[in-house]
Amino acid sequence: MIRVNSTEVASKNQVPGSLTQVGVTMKYTFLDYLRSRRFFILLVIVLLISAILTIVVGYYRPASFLTSGLSFYSSWWGTSAVFLVALFGIFFGGDAISGEFQNRTGYFSLPHPIRRSSVYAGKWLAALLASSMILVVFTAITLGNGAYYFGMSVPYQFGESVLLAWFYLVAVLGFTFFFSSLFKSTSYSILVTAVLFLFAFNLIETLVANLVQIEPWFILTYGAQIIGSVLSTEYPAHTTTVRGFGPNGPTLTLYNATIPEGLAIIAAYFIVTAALGLILFERKEFT
Amino acid sequence: MTREFVGERGRLNEPSIQAVGLTKRYGSFTALDSLNLNVEGSKCVGFLGPNGAGKTTTLKLFTDLIRASSGEALVNGVNVHTRKKKALESVGTLIETPEIYPSLTPREALSMVAETRGVPAAERKKRIEDVVTEVRMDEWVDKRVGKFSKGMKQRINIAAALLSDPRIFLLDEPSTGLDPRGMSEVRDIVKSLKGKQRLIFMSSHLLSEVTDICDEVAMIDHGKLLVYDTLSNVTSRFSGGENIVEVGFLRPLDGGVNGRIASGVPGVTSAERVDDRTLRIRFNGGASTQERLLSNLVGMNLGVISYKPASSALEDVYLSLIKDTK
Ligand SMILES: Nc1ncnc2c1ncn2[C@@H]1O[C@H](COP(=O)(O)OP(=O)(O)O)[C@@H](O)[C@H]1O
Ligand SMILES: [Mg+2]
Repeated sequence: MIRVNSTEVASKNQVPGSLTQVGVTMKYTFLDYLRSRRFFILLVIVLLISAILTIVVGYYRPASFLTSGLSFYSSWWGTSAVFLVALFGIFFGGDAISGEFQNRTGYFSLPHPIRRSSVYAGKWLAALLASSMILVVFTAITLGNGAYYFGMSVPYQFGESVLLAWFYLVAVLGFTFFFSSLFKSTSYSILVTAVLFLFAFNLIETLVANLVQIEPWFILTYGAQIIGSVLSTEYPAHTTTVRGFGPNGPTLTLYNATIPEGLAIIAAYFIVTAALGLILFERKEFT
Repeated sequence: MTREFVGERGRLNEPSIQAVGLTKRYGSFTALDSLNLNVEGSKCVGFLGPNGAGKTTTLKLFTDLIRASSGEALVNGVNVHTRKKKALESVGTLIETPEIYPSLTPREALSMVAETRGVPAAERKKRIEDVVTEVRMDEWVDKRVGKFSKGMKQRINIAAALLSDPRIFLLDEPSTGLDPRGMSEVRDIVKSLKGKQRLIFMSSHLLSEVTDICDEVAMIDHGKLLVYDTLSNVTSRFSGGENIVEVGFLRPLDGGVNGRIASGVPGVTSAERVDDRTLRIRFNGGASTQERLLSNLVGMNLGVISYKPASSALEDVYLSLIKDTK
């Protein structure tokens, strides 16, 4: 562009492409997350859970942990990873977008030559990065304890489970970001996502499976079962029929997500909520 | 496309902002009522109106923070809503009082803005230090924003608007939250921008601020544009063609001087004393009369040290216009 007037310094700036801008947003929100109190709290929670597990296993030597390498990883990781990932989602995603409105930070980050979707994606990546870091810490502690009891030979299923947990994290953050863009109040959006992940999903899953007797394939936490299932010695059957209440009682079908099914649920949740969240954020007004 | 052609390439590359039938409704309430405004060229335009008039609404529409119910907002001929990235390429903004991620330092927050806006890497550090010095926050550049006072944050917000050295500024009451010294510093910053060929569109409810730094004024109330014209036209048009200037003198004036001015200088209708070193002079006519008046005054060797359109003149217009829309 040829500028005539030497005072038009502005032309020197070349607004970068959207991908670069996503990276910029990610870099600085990640910095903000790293220094935030919630990052510290999550780290403390992870360390506390690890410490309790280490002490309990070391002191009581429970058989469920120590019969085999696989049983160790299953008991240690299978139960806690799903819970922790949900916690990461609530902490980093619960108010990620609503905060831009309520805390008025959107007035600083948005009136620039940048697409809203770039800001959304950048923040989401920052949350994923911050959560992944804490997940890595928990993985490392798990491996350390595993190595202490069973040596360096780690069952390949643990690798699978870590990968699946990370996929689950991707979907959980997609979901919590979407929910946080439904609200303009941070406390509401945190509360709602927390209730969903810590109670409601599990409750609905149980109700649907037990009372309605259909497979709860539409619940994210049902898909997340695969994180624990891959760590069992024998992958749990898709359906098990049990007879309750005496010999003539009603039969009950229990469902267990298969790996392809679980992956599909996780992927679908991520794709749908990411798309909805982006659309919502594009349309939302700063009033 | 034709409009874009004119805006982007025609008219000698002048910066411009344009509202075309711009309307914003909240339910049945109309916050902005089909605003038509075309501001073009390097100048400072004061956007005046009482609280709730629709100033912030207008500026939010120009930065795509909200969507228009109808009409469009254009910057350099580019629609802000459909092509935001292009439209805001060279626009520095300060809308309401933004908050910065609290655990970042001004240096980091401003780096984010600089990188987002494509300030060349080699210049970033210096630009940031320059603007931070300009808003007198250099001591705080590496402290976390979270603990800053409102005024300090507002200074950083001003720095953020200046950072990429844009051609157009959209500022929503930029001196909000600042102490009197801060307010006067903001005025100096805006004045210095005028010297650099920038278009500044600045909302304000402070008449004195607008009189002091703006060339043109747009008045709005109840979402409707009341007037948009140069400051002197607005004041003279609404005072029956009469203009008012306030003249400050070095020495106390003797008793007869206002009479001499009123009778001796062509066009002057009255000269009244505000205090013993200030006169308020009313005169008929435009810029040429004004020039003659000033040279006459200087020629009288009274020690003229200041000469400016009286802010009360704008206030009179403002009050009468605002009252009319009630
Ligand atoms: N989200 C909203 N819902 C309803 N009314 C609104 C909303 N935002 C602003 N308004 C109204 O629009 C009008 C203009 O507001 P604004 O542009 O902020 O005025 P100001 O000139 O003081 O900046 C006000 O009457 C305000 O109450
Ligand atoms: Mg306002």
